[in-house]
Amino acid sequence: MSEARKEIMGRIREALKTPSPKPHLKGESSKVAGKAWLPEVGDTDAETMALLSDNLAKLKASFHPVENLDQAIALVKDLAQKKNWKNIAYHKNELVTPVALAIAGNAWAVDEAFSKDKLEAADVGLTSCVSIVAQFGAILVSSETSGGRGLSILPPVHVVIAKADQVVPDLAACFAQINVQFGGKMPSMLSFITGPSRTGDIERILVLGAHGPKELYLILVR
Amino acid sequence: MLNSKSIFIKESTLTSADGDQRQFIRTALGGYYKNRDIYQARYRNWELARDAASLAKWSAVNNLAEVLEKFVAKFESNGGKVHWARDAAEARKIILDLVAKANATAVIKSKCMTTEEIHLNDALEKAGFGVVESDLGEFIQQLRGEAPYHFVFPCMHLKREAISELFTKHLGTAPTDSPEELTMIARKHLRKLYITADVGITGANFLVADTGQISITENEGNARLTAAMPRVHIALSGIEKVINTIDDLTVLLPMLATAGAGQPMTCYNTLYAGPKKPGELDGPEEFHLVLLDNARTQILADPEQRDSLHCIRCGACLNVCPIFKNIGGHAYGTTYQGPIGSVITPHLRGLKDWNHLSGASSLCGACTDACPVRIDLHHHLLQNRRNAVKVVPNLFDRVFHGTFNFVIQRPALFSLGGKVFRKTFGLLKHLPLPYLGTWLKSRDLPAIPPKSFREAWKDSKNV
Repeated sequence: MSEARKEIMGRIREALKTPSPKPHLKGESSKVAGKAWLPEVGDTDAETMALLSDNLAKLKASFHPVENLDQAIALVKDLAQKKNWKNIAYHKNELVTPVALAIAGNAWAVDEAFSKDKLEAADVGLTSCVSIVAQFGAILVSSETSGGRGLSILPPVHVVIAKADQVVPDLAACFAQINVQFGGKMPSMLSFITGPSRTGDIERILVLGAHGPKELYLILVR
Repeated sequence: MLNSKSIFIKESTLTSADGDQRQFIRTALGGYYKNRDIYQARYRNWELARDAASLAKWSAVNNLAEVLEKFVAKFESNGGKVHWARDAAEARKIILDLVAKANATAVIKSKCMTTEEIHLNDALEKAGFGVVESDLGEFIQQLRGEAPYHFVFPCMHLKREAISELFTKHLGTAPTDSPEELTMIARKHLRKLYITADVGITGANFLVADTGQISITENEGNARLTAAMPRVHIALSGIEKVINTIDDLTVLLPMLATAGAGQPMTCYNTLYAGPKKPGELDGPEEFHLVLLDNARTQILADPEQRDSLHCIRCGACLNVCPIFKNIGGHAYGTTYQGPIGSVITPHLRGLKDWNHLSGASSLCGACTDACPVRIDLHHHLLQNRRNAVKVVPNLFDRVFHGTFNFVIQRPALFSLGGKVFRKTFGLLKHLPLPYLGTWLKSRDLPAIPPKSFREAWKDSKNV
């Protein structure tokens, strides 16, 4: 154990010999089931979905619920044509691959070794996700199952394809699910994406696409 | 050499007299107030959420030894390497050594106030390593060679014209008055740097003990890129950032965003567990975390103010503070501005030289009301004032209060003293007395009434 570690831990133990009282609390949040003091989650599936849709709209993310994978493919094809997406980077996945391969142009999978410059030049990053949190409109991606760290952040457009049953009501449900899915072995990165990249650093005026994607699409297959 | 107090007085006098700038800051904060209120109202019970957030931090800070040990063991089992730094110099040395070992030619940084606290950029530059700030506000401040104005909104004091001029001067871009175009200039400039940098340096908002992850909150995506592209990722964090469980983030992540920036959640909230794992497609080969004490254990040893270690650096207390809004961020001369800065800076840099910050408060309590983790900020400012008397005895205060205390307990003397005071007040005003002279420089006092309240009361009974 390093000298510094020993000394700092010693200082901490010494300092904590004098206890400090509990903070002045207004109530007992732990006694309220389901953390029902956080923002709404919706009582029914329909309400949760409406909430998700509303949250994504406020975040200026583009939300497209579709009936099946064919509709998803048609939608992305249409978008690619309108937006002139030519260079599409994706990762191999049962939902993502068929969509990527259907787009005319150059779609390439990041699953084989790629250069950072190649990814930087892509028009679109096409990924799956771990789950979607309705309470905040947050999309969770992982380095293990969503194409690594760069794919969802470096290209200027991020398109996420997911299934409707990946929607969870709140963060607590999301974390519980992660624990089950990954067990004790967390991916090296888990990232909640809540709308397209943004900044307010200049005069507190909102600008989208600061460093990450300027556009974010969520295509939800029922 | 000017001391920190006289610099503070000089700077705050200048900035508070600049009406245009004050109005500009108010306008900039206007949008924040509006959005904060909207998203705060979406909580089914904001006060209970504050309780939960406060308790989550309280239980971690008050069991810091165990929680930190647990975090470190888990973090290392995830493949990360932990380094311990007792103070700023030790932290700088650790990071410089890591950067040198990585044979780095370029270093990219995301926003991290703890690196400001240890003056890391200076040290890196002196050692010959080019370092570039990637957060837009920090990038602008780095080009200006100026410290952040606000620890969440680093360049909120600047008008777009000033930023446009700065970019023209340093980057050779055409002038523009559009915040969007200015943002795109920075975006374009920094993109290649993420790819060419060998080392990425970030901070950490939370250290999650039960999973061994570090959590980073941001909006721009620059921290994501900083931790994705370079070969080596170094994170710097204070030891107090540790929390017990990942479940604590269910309340801390949204509250940090709502209290700090008026958002439901910030754009990116990312959890890192180790470097690139086998089977993953990209990511750094090495992941280092530097845990910094730098007087945090001293705050921990003060049970009265221990809760100031609960701070999640959201900046809500600055945004509502009448002092901050009038004197601005630079007048403080500290890494952490506003109420929380005035509370902790005396611990970090010494009460003797920094107790004047505790005097720069109206004690209105707006900061305490705004704090999402219920830090008793304005009372801590009072405690600092009390503690300062022991460190820096003030003869005038002692004589004045001693005399007052003696007189107020003796009605006859009080009555006589009042008479003398009313008669001689006109003269007193012109004497170079401490406090009164400064006060009267920009203010008038009302005329003193000819009779005391007791005399007036007696007269009214006689009518």
